[in-house]
Amino acid sequence: MSEPSPTAPISPHAHSGRDEKVAFVIMTALLLVAPFVIYPFFLMQALCIALFACAFNLLVGYVGLLSFGHAMFLGLASYVSAHAAKVWGLDPALAILAGVASSALLGIVTGALAIRRQGIYFAMITLALSQMIYFFCLEAPFTHGEDGIQSVPQGMLLHFIDLSNQTILYYFVLAVFLFGFLVIYRTINSPFGDILKAIRENEPRAVSLGYRADQYKLAAFVLSAALAGLAGATKAIFAQNASLTDVQFSMSGEVVLMTLLGGMGTIYGPVVGAFIVVAMQQYLGQYLGEWVTVIQGSIFVVCVLLFRRGIVGEIAGFFKRSL
Amino acid sequence: MKSTCLSALMASLLLTTAAFADDKIVKLGELDDQSGLYADSGGPGSVLSVNMAVEDSGLRAKGWTIDVISADHQNKPDLAANIARQWFDVDKVDAIIGVQNSGTALAVTSVAKEKNGVFLDSGAASSDLTGKACNANMIHWAYDTYALANGTGKALVKEGGDSWFFITADYAFGHALQRDTSAVVEANGGKVVGSANVPLNTPDFSSFLLQAQSSKAKVIGLANAGGDTTNSIKQAHEFGIVEGGQKLAALLTFISNVHALGLDVAQGLTLTSTFYWDMNDGTRAFSKRWSERMKSHAEPTMVQAGDYASTLHYLKALEALGGNPHDGAKVVAKMKELPTDDPLFGKGTIRIDGRKIHPAYLFEVKKPSESKYPWDYYKLLATIPADEAFRPLAQSECPLVKK
Amino acid sequence: MFALLGISPQQLFQQLLVGLINGSFYALLSLGLSVIFGMLNIVNFAHGALYMMGAFAAYFLLNLLGLNYWFALVLAPLIVGAFGALLERVLLRRLAGLDPLYSLLLTFGLALVIQGLFQNFFGSSGLPYAMPSQLTGATNLGFMFLPIYRGWVVVFSAVVCFSTWFLIEKTRLGAYLRAATENPTLVRAFGINVPRMITLTYAFGIGLAALAGVLAAPIYQVRPAMGADIISVVFAVVVIGGMGSILGSIVTGFALGIIEGLTKVFYPEASNTVVFVIMAFVLLIRPAGLFGRTA
Repeated sequence: MSEPSPTAPISPHAHSGRDEKVAFVIMTALLLVAPFVIYPFFLMQALCIALFACAFNLLVGYVGLLSFGHAMFLGLASYVSAHAAKVWGLDPALAILAGVASSALLGIVTGALAIRRQGIYFAMITLALSQMIYFFCLEAPFTHGEDGIQSVPQGMLLHFIDLSNQTILYYFVLAVFLFGFLVIYRTINSPFGDILKAIRENEPRAVSLGYRADQYKLAAFVLSAALAGLAGATKAIFAQNASLTDVQFSMSGEVVLMTLLGGMGTIYGPVVGAFIVVAMQQYLGQYLGEWVTVIQGSIFVVCVLLFRRGIVGEIAGFFKRSL
Repeated sequence: MKSTCLSALMASLLLTTAAFADDKIVKLGELDDQSGLYADSGGPGSVLSVNMAVEDSGLRAKGWTIDVISADHQNKPDLAANIARQWFDVDKVDAIIGVQNSGTALAVTSVAKEKNGVFLDSGAASSDLTGKACNANMIHWAYDTYALANGTGKALVKEGGDSWFFITADYAFGHALQRDTSAVVEANGGKVVGSANVPLNTPDFSSFLLQAQSSKAKVIGLANAGGDTTNSIKQAHEFGIVEGGQKLAALLTFISNVHALGLDVAQGLTLTSTFYWDMNDGTRAFSKRWSERMKSHAEPTMVQAGDYASTLHYLKALEALGGNPHDGAKVVAKMKELPTDDPLFGKGTIRIDGRKIHPAYLFEVKKPSESKYPWDYYKLLATIPADEAFRPLAQSECPLVKK
Repeated sequence: MFALLGISPQQLFQQLLVGLINGSFYALLSLGLSVIFGMLNIVNFAHGALYMMGAFAAYFLLNLLGLNYWFALVLAPLIVGAFGALLERVLLRRLAGLDPLYSLLLTFGLALVIQGLFQNFFGSSGLPYAMPSQLTGATNLGFMFLPIYRGWVVVFSAVVCFSTWFLIEKTRLGAYLRAATENPTLVRAFGINVPRMITLTYAFGIGLAALAGVLAAPIYQVRPAMGADIISVVFAVVVIGGMGSILGSIVTGFALGIIEGLTKVFYPEASNTVVFVIMAFVLLIRPAGLFGRTA
């Protein structure tokens, strides 16, 4: 077996972390100047989706759990934060926190159920649970069904930062993204992250060493859910709406696509994948129109058959670096 | 990615240099579900409608430059809002046309207001677009939930269908449709004997049809859309609902749905529409030209007809202004000031709340034996005059309406 | 008791029967998934798309070749099954030995491609498929008005399901199949072509999905999205029954159809979620599923 797990680390030994830090500085610098060149609303959308993909990747890439229902966290948090900002009139920071709390709570409940099984079962269970949340969001009165929550106020962050200013809004979203990204980066490179990887590689052995694998898995699941929620909640504030899109199954599928395309188990892969997929929807949609679904499906097939390590994984492998 | 960055860069440069003086350059964007559930009733056909309106306006011959672009919103409100924002900001689109699905339309209308663009909607059903969510940049053309509920409800009660059972899609849209129709039914002396809330995308309706059958209601109202409507109609046929003497009223159905079902299954169905291709010489002439250019040779739905008529009227308003002021609210005000006249909806007006006013029609789907030629599907049961077809201004929640 | 439930016995029996009809589709689909999973260790995400292809195959056989429903019942599963065999040979085989998650991702991608192509060529409203003339009409069972076609679906799919169970659990061929799952090397040593057997098993599972598609065509609109709508429920059915258990998936399929039918009477709003709720409970009590063996 040449590739025992979808998530095998690229080069487990060369883990100096220097390359990753250099890459982080480059990425941050690019994102700081990006709004002068690229349409900021596209960037904000891509950043939120990228954070979502990173949160998803934390599970699949470092714990080996493929969730096929991650949209439930993104979507629920986006509804809750939109509702909190619009109806309760909360400060955007508090609204986002409310969203994160809701998805973390949902993560505890669904996680406790889903981690009872592994691998493909885990995928099917998360899919089924997310369908349940989808129907809840469709039918609950506060989400307004198909209409969604529209015209969410961007508001004054902490009473003095005006988020309706597009430039300020962009740097706020960027700050949220970098915060989430760093949380994930720190988690992976902490003792906790090492135990997660040990469980992924050989769960019975980790258990025999005295680690309560289920608790670690659940903690990772909840963290991933909370960060996906952070992405969704922030998205609701900047885009000024929350809708069924974010909680739908196709969104769960798209995040798998982004991560696979960028590189599962690489830190930067999901970011690259998310930017490509969002750009494809937003810019190529005019030319591809009805072919978007077919193209997305083809990318899946090609990735799985030809380059399972994804774009970043292949590049890292080529240069023998860890990214 | 690189070319995207580059085009965005160039676009942002253009943004700073673009002149805001009146000129004769117009850019139209047709934003719609081009591939999903609603693609057949709008989608590529709506893009054709917009292009035909541009050609028929004759403005190009008078030296105007008019471009039409299109995009697929995939029924995602956030994607629709992002494309709309980008079209107004970067691509300098003057008017967005189309937009089926109420969620996406509500998202686009608030962007149009924020960016002072023009939004001409024919595809979305929600009457909130000219109610709570109305603004000075938006016109709602073909139909809305109120017109559908009112048309079908009132006319059927008058024909003796005075007891109703609803099969309702269990979300905001379905509930709104049921609520509006119930109100009309009860106001006209009918009563509602029961209802079942059915989750979206339920493939099997037999259980609900049995409940409807045993309720002995004279009319079974389908307050749902898209695949749910076609599935419920198909299974109603299987359970012999119409043959059993009950009337089946689909509150939101397009001719594309009837075509997909086939007359054998859809016969006897009653529905409200504001346009039928085979109404008169004007509609037939347009539909013939339109159908010849469609890959599928379908006939236009009321959505596609609305996209044509609204674009045509928009261009008329621009011509009357003598140039494009690139000021959405100003153009929409002019559109409201000018009376409308086109071969598809006849003479009409646009109200202060953005509601286009024209008659609505109650149709019954023909039996296979009555259909003489392709797409000969409807027979007219009743005409709801323009002044009764839409929600009266007195009941409007629209802030533009002064009370 | 009936008075207590606020429903007449007639209505209750009606709804039970109607539920059994949906159960037939769940049983056929989850059975196909189970057969494929048991043999290939693949979760076939494209199952819904292939079910949809079965319905479309019936439509084309009728409208292009003039072959009626009864021919479609035989030919559509063969055609779609052959397509499945092709997929297994050309694509899925390359993933042998890898983590099963890869085949899940591959079949998910395939489902998107297939559904997208059908959507582009045939639109989203779908196509009509008339009921076979022999099975139109309805019969009065005394307590309900049963369309003959529905009765046929229940009986026919029950026969197919239990024949499949018999084939796999009680015959020599089935014994080879089961043995090949446990120990492919040993079975190969007996001179059996294991790769071919795998291809045929996949094709058989797909054929069952296509058969369900043909059965569904006269009842539901033949639409590109028809598979996507049902697949998540079928996955939940499979999780409840226990993956790879043949009898388990049949019994669970029918049983959940009935439970769903009852929910439609008492609390229709929950009828789409009841299966998922049951799944959550089963996971709490028996994580391996009702009929599954704990690994």
